[in-house]
Amino acid sequence: MSNTVQQTLTGWGRYPVVKSTVQRPENLSTLSHSLSSSASQLARGLGRSYGDAPLNHSGQTVLMERLNRMVAFDAETGRLRCEAGVPLHEILAVFVPRGWFLSVTPGTKFVTVGGAIAFDVHGKNHHCAGSFARHVECFELLIASGEILTCSRTENADLFWATVGGMGLTGIILEAEFKLKKIASAYIKSFNIKAKNLDEAIALFAQYEPLYPYSVAWIDCLATGRSLGRSILMFGDTASLSDLSPQQQVNPLPIHEQSKLSIPLDAPSVLLNRYTMGSFNQLYYHRQMQKEQRAIAHYDPFFYPLDFVNDWNRLYGKRGFVQYQCVLPMATSHDGLTEILQRSSQKGWASFLAVLKRMGNQEAELLSFPMPGYTLALDIPIKPGLWAFLEELDQVVIRCGGRLYLAKDARVSPASFRAMYPQYEDWLAIKRQVDPDNHFRSTLSERLEIQP
Amino acid sequence: MTKSVVIIGATSSLARSLAHQLAQRGTNLYLAARDEVELDRIAQDLKIRYHVSVGWSRFEALEFESHREICDRILAAANPLEGVILCMGELGNQPTAQTDINHALAIIQSNYTGAVSILTPLANALEQQGSGWIVGIGSVAGDRGRQSNYVYGSAKGALTLFLQGLRSRLSKVGVHVMTVKPGFMDTKMTFGLPGLFLVAQPDDVARDILKAVQKRKNTVYLPWFWWGIMTIIRAIPEPIFKKMKL
Ligand SMILES: Cc1cc2nc3c(=O)[nH]c(=O)nc-3n(C[C@H](O)[C@H](O)[C@H](O)COP(=O)(O)OP(=O)(O)OC[C@H]3O[C@@H](n4cnc5c(N)ncnc54)[C@H](O)[C@@H]3O)c2cc1C
Ligand SMILES: NC(=O)c1ccc[n+]([C@@H]2O[C@H](COP(=O)([O-])OP(=O)(O)OC[C@H]3O[C@@H](n4cnc5c(N)ncnc54)[C@H](OP(=O)(O)O)[C@@H]3O)[C@@H](O)[C@H]2O)c1
Repeated sequence: MSNTVQQTLTGWGRYPVVKSTVQRPENLSTLSHSLSSSASQLARGLGRSYGDAPLNHSGQTVLMERLNRMVAFDAETGRLRCEAGVPLHEILAVFVPRGWFLSVTPGTKFVTVGGAIAFDVHGKNHHCAGSFARHVECFELLIASGEILTCSRTENADLFWATVGGMGLTGIILEAEFKLKKIASAYIKSFNIKAKNLDEAIALFAQYEPLYPYSVAWIDCLATGRSLGRSILMFGDTASLSDLSPQQQVNPLPIHEQSKLSIPLDAPSVLLNRYTMGSFNQLYYHRQMQKEQRAIAHYDPFFYPLDFVNDWNRLYGKRGFVQYQCVLPMATSHDGLTEILQRSSQKGWASFLAVLKRMGNQEAELLSFPMPGYTLALDIPIKPGLWAFLEELDQVVIRCGGRLYLAKDARVSPASFRAMYPQYEDWLAIKRQVDPDNHFRSTLSERLEIQP
Repeated sequence: MTKSVVIIGATSSLARSLAHQLAQRGTNLYLAARDEVELDRIAQDLKIRYHVSVGWSRFEALEFESHREICDRILAAANPLEGVILCMGELGNQPTAQTDINHALAIIQSNYTGAVSILTPLANALEQQGSGWIVGIGSVAGDRGRQSNYVYGSAKGALTLFLQGLRSRLSKVGVHVMTVKPGFMDTKMTFGLPGLFLVAQPDDVARDILKAVQKRKNTVYLPWFWWGIMTIIRAIPEPIFKKMKL
């Protein structure tokens, strides 16, 4: 058994704050032996989930960051097998120069492979590439009995699907095998277009998505009336060699640089209010002068615009923030989004990072977040009254047949969670088989009363 | 032809940082440690990430009779040999070592006699080659015997003296020997221990080690400020020191 230490941990939103008993195995045998302990356990990647998913206040938290070895790579097929603690930025650093990229990547490269599977993360290409799990061939899962099971679509398939999006509650993913995709350059041919309101945004998504594998919109959720939902849509595709400037062609596959910028202190909570955010949004919207804009961008600013400042979460001050990210089915998207945006702007729940994106077909269904439709994400600083307001939004989401992304959540109620995830009972049946004593637990699972 | 560096105790957290940094500059590696499963994974990782060649052998400090053969295997594979890094070390448990003499002996063997046993033939090979270097990881704990870890400390102190003598001998033939005395590092040896302060990241210590060996330093404290801390600790008169709780 390895040593443990008491640490205070949070997710990326810095709420809630939880005291935890932490261990950090550096080899596989220590990890498997650690299971003999009677306390509950939870694997933790880089803590890039916003709320209480990567926390375990009642038992042990197992930091996966030093189980980060790459164990096999097939240069023919692009299949990589690596330990769950490998962060995506290291995969990029190793494989971009060889002409490979992540098949699916979330909006930060500082997440682990384990975290990417446990939340079945999605990227800007969900409408054509699906979520992370679609590219996963198999993984090794350490379950409560101490056994290590290989899980794939054909072997222990139930457990495979329950672990994808399973938030660490089925066991600890030790290593996984997944496919990278071939790229001709590290650059993205991008196309930005402004939409003056939500109707136009939805129309433009429909028009351009078939042409581009990557798409996302930044949406000004403080705009009201006829401008409600005004946004800048950003599309992109991997640039081919001929798209690059002669200078870029010399080295078409450069990797990202390490960011040296940090936020040294917690910002005062008043910094981000409706007025500062309103001005930010005004500026951002009008920064792009023309209706349309084309460019060749490196993958780093295109996919990871926020990674250039470390610890940017400190901007939200000591009280922290949540991200309210919901997805609504296609049929109810327009009305549902309108209602959510109206309520947010009316009540002044400012968000200066609001993102809208269309999602396509989704393979994994038990607890994975994506579904065909539109997803909206609002970053909101925590202030009195926020929880009641978000409860109202939950009801809108449930009425629309949508759901909330638990990777960003810290507060949804057990009842709302069940209404949003109709396959929860099917998932629970599988959890009951592999973890009848509820050994794998998190602060989130206790909040949602997830009990086998 | 690309030269190789041999790392003894290659599963150590510090060794992993060193191996990555060496492989990143294209150096081939030969790894030795006692956990074969881990050695294989570490070797695969280095090969995939950096396209260097990486060999490994199981090495257990306590199994002295096996060392000669392992050394031959190392020398056959890691050829030409650029340098040897000894990262092996075992903190052990001081209270246990006070009652269980086998535990005390195991600490001494893992830190000192086992190191002498494997370094001696490797040093002779470098001597014959007439070039190369040896880096031995000692510890600030070897600078003064303290009640909280003197079995470990004495073994590290002995290693320091051994390296000092070896340095003087091999300097005549152009082989350089460097002693590293790290302070606290954030590794699996210390994770969860009480009373740590000024804890350094193994990546940073590894970077400094590789810089220092390039400059052919003799002894380095890492991070550098431990030199000052240890100068003070060594200067405390024994009558006072023995009453302290260190
Ligand atoms: C700036 C930013 C942008 C983001 N953009 C997106 C986005 O575009 N799309 C998206 O889908 N998500 C996005 N996210 C969320 C993020 O991708 C997920 O929360 C992801 O799960 C975080 O991975 P992690 O390694 O930090 O895991 P953690 O946050 O530490 O843990 C997340 C969950 O995974 C579990 N887990 C971790 N490792 C293992 C393991 N080895 N075995 C079993 N369970 C494990 C944990 O128990 C926990 O439940 C974003 C987050 C940030 C901060
Ligand atoms: N961490 C600190 O604060 C600190 C401070 C000063 C000096 N040091 C020294 O720095 C060096 C690197 O240590 P670390 O901090 O990276 O700790 P570590 O990860 O525990 O490394 C110790 C290494 O020694 C190996 N080892 C121990 N006993 C052995 C034996 N009998 N036979 C073969 N191999 C054996 C270990 O193998 P396993 O992996 O199989 O256990 C491991 O590879 C050590 O010499 C240590 O004494 C550390």
